[in-house]
Amino acid sequence: MSVQQQPNSFRTGPDERGHFGIYGGRFVAETLMPLILDLEKAYAEAKADPTFQKEMDHHLAHYVGRPSPLYFAERLTEHVRKTASGLSGGGAKIYFKREELNHTGAHKVNNVLGQIMLALRMGKKRIIAETGAGMHGVATATLCAKFGLPCIVYMGAVDVERQQPNVLRMKILGAEVRPVQSGAKTLKDAMNEALRDWVTNVADTFYCIGTVAGPHPYPAMVRDFQCVIGRETREQMQAAEGRLPDSLIACIGGGSNAMGLFHPFLDDRSVEIYGVEAAGHGLTGLHAASVAGGRPGVLHGNRTYLLMDSDGQIAEAHSISAGLDYPGIGPEHAWLNDMGRVQFLSATDDEAVAAFQLCSKLEGIIPALEAAHALARVPDIASQKPKDHLMVVNLSGRGDKDLASIEAFLESKGR
Amino acid sequence: MTTRIEKRFAALKQEGRAALVTFIMAGDPDTETSLAIARALPKAGADVIEIGMPFTDPMADGPSIQASGVRALKGGARMTRTLAMVRDFRKDDGETPIVLMGYYNPIYIYGVAKFLADAKAAGVDGLIVVDLPPEEDEELCLPALKAGLNFIRLATPTTDDKRLPVVLTNTSGFVYYVSITGITGAAAPDAAKVSGAVARIKRHTKLPVAVGFGVRTAEQARAIAEGADGVVVGSALVDVLGKSLDKDGKATAGTVKAVADLVTQLAQGVRAARRVAAE
Repeated sequence: MSVQQQPNSFRTGPDERGHFGIYGGRFVAETLMPLILDLEKAYAEAKADPTFQKEMDHHLAHYVGRPSPLYFAERLTEHVRKTASGLSGGGAKIYFKREELNHTGAHKVNNVLGQIMLALRMGKKRIIAETGAGMHGVATATLCAKFGLPCIVYMGAVDVERQQPNVLRMKILGAEVRPVQSGAKTLKDAMNEALRDWVTNVADTFYCIGTVAGPHPYPAMVRDFQCVIGRETREQMQAAEGRLPDSLIACIGGGSNAMGLFHPFLDDRSVEIYGVEAAGHGLTGLHAASVAGGRPGVLHGNRTYLLMDSDGQIAEAHSISAGLDYPGIGPEHAWLNDMGRVQFLSATDDEAVAAFQLCSKLEGIIPALEAAHALARVPDIASQKPKDHLMVVNLSGRGDKDLASIEAFLESKGR
Repeated sequence: MTTRIEKRFAALKQEGRAALVTFIMAGDPDTETSLAIARALPKAGADVIEIGMPFTDPMADGPSIQASGVRALKGGARMTRTLAMVRDFRKDDGETPIVLMGYYNPIYIYGVAKFLADAKAAGVDGLIVVDLPPEEDEELCLPALKAGLNFIRLATPTTDDKRLPVVLTNTSGFVYYVSITGITGAAAPDAAKVSGAVARIKRHTKLPVAVGFGVRTAEQARAIAEGADGVVVGSALVDVLGKSLDKDGKATAGTVKAVADLVTQLAQGVRAARRVAAE
């Protein structure tokens, strides 16, 4: 992809019609259009209301447990420096942004809190959500419990199978989990089914989307709610090292944890930014890397990079990580790729599992398989950097939910 | 320029009856059968034919049309074949209006300009693209109108009086009123509410208003036809088609007839309606 002319700022999008360059937009059925316009208006009003922000900050501190620590991953840093020994004094200093320490165990809760508070403000009585790995579903079920709202979570039947602990958590929290049997029975199909619910129950239902995708204003709104990650990282790195980080790295499915970390740094041109997609069995086989293996198309309300065949039929993605198992990516990421501001890399199932094991053993932190994709690319990049290079990895979620998947994977490989 | 759609609705207005608009999915369960069904529809009493362009992710469709799309894609449906089917249909029917209905991505990937040229050349008269609201008119609607195709928009119970003019601005051919908030084939429409809604839309436009989503029987078709300019039936037809297939999902000797027979009944329902539609 050739790099287009650079804008003065990377942080002003989207335009009033929800476009990031050619990406984004509002590709939805007419039934939903008035709801999306209402949502856009309600969000703009909430954003401008200091009491909304104040209440959110209160819950973020006392319920979610923010700020999440910025942690110096000393043994991983040493490990990388040892393997980088061929280089004179190489190996970046690696920090983890500990989003897995949030209540519910992932970054997802930052966004859900914002959307549920908005739903209450709009007088909505019923919450629906889609989920892949189940972390967004758990976060939504959690906040619905806290605020006393009924919650219905659509989840692909395959994901229900491989993320049982999260299914159980959602049920205990009082949510109804509806397994989706259509298509590949994963995240894409769960999103279709959530949209079908929304189009049917327009009057009282709020659709709480879990990532920076969907029709405008969702990509911008979810980003705004997740930007707390990047804002805290700036302050914490200033406090720890007296300056900005030199590089950021995060996994990308839809891309909400990545966008939350990246966005506050987009105009700091000295900061290198890396997004890691799921390469599944490899980019020549089944995978979920929509930038690496897709092209622009229209699905789920927005134009973005999608995996599809030559006839525009959406392909089934594959990743060992249910949270990355989606054939698209948030539209703002698609634009940042074309602009050359974010570099997109990928990691295979094998590489992610190896990184999952390495992080667990070296740091005593069991990462989510999603975050393990970002960790998988850390050694290659960090080993090429000097010792004073400050790298931040978004540790977006914890891996308890993945233990069964890891066990099955290792057994299948005879390890 | 007058399209076949405009001519057909004008002629039916003269006759004093509503149009029966029938939906089938291109390539369900295979190209030949679906062409044979399309050819049988006008004889059975269909006035307008909507042909679905199969898509893997039909977000606004219920289980019936989802299943129909899955069958078609399994049978090898592609955009080029859908257009070829229209071309073949036109060889012996120059009158019956044909509307292609579906989602934007397969059109976007085919290429908008090429799609419009090929669709027009094949004998397509109008388009319904579910995920293109007026806010995205520059994508396909405006180029389609320029190419001489009708762009038929959906109006829904959530489209209030303030929004109706936005929806109607670039709509042509007819307005497709979605009688329920929901997916295709779901709840049955309430005929009384529908005729009120049609009257409301008619205060904003001179275009004919056809009503769909949830119409399954001749009796429902009759009731809706009393208050609207057209009745759209889709899910019921693809269900009948689905039930006629053998256990491997292949067409049987009864497939075409099963669909045609239901269309005959629906056409009788539409023709039995006492017209009280607000003009």
